[in-house]
Amino acid sequence: MTAVVGHGLVVVGAGLVGAAAVGLLRLPDLYHRASAVAKAAALGVCLVLAGCAVLNPRPVTVVTLLVAIAAQLVTAPISGYSVGRAGYRSGAPLAPDTHRGDRT
Amino acid sequence: MLVAIGRMAYGPTGADRALAVDFGFGVFISSIAVLAVRLDAPAATDLVLAATLLGFLGTVALAQLVERSPP
Repeated sequence: MTAVVGHGLVVVGAGLVGAAAVGLLRLPDLYHRASAVAKAAALGVCLVLAGCAVLNPRPVTVVTLLVAIAAQLVTAPISGYSVGRAGYRSGAPLAPDTHRGDRT
Repeated sequence: MLVAIGRMAYGPTGADRALAVDFGFGVFISSIAVLAVRLDAPAATDLVLAATLLGFLGTVALAQLVERSPP
């Protein structure tokens, strides 16, 4: 049972990381790509680590992986925000079909 | 990983390269964790924790560097 849950978590996490890879390759804009990496890749890595913790239930491993998951969840939005801000300040081009709305 | 390296080499802006570093670290962390379970090497999970923090610091440092450099 734990093997099924652990392998399922690892497979779902790997699928999310693959989706983030497709997004990093195909999306038109720096900001789209930052969004794909900051959300999908971070969640995928967390799921893979949780699956590894389920598959190898030794206390040392589980505690280390839980700390790693917490660090990933805390630091992924910060790095995504910092990449987006760096791109905006250094003048990264927007996608050509960006709709600016009324405020310019 | 190949996608990350390709984006790092091609990336139109510097921020794209910082983003590719972030994603490449994510792939690296996941593969090390799976390998640690597969080879039954619990010492490798410490590597996972260290690589998580190292990837964050590297991404933020690269982003600051891109931000300060002239466009």
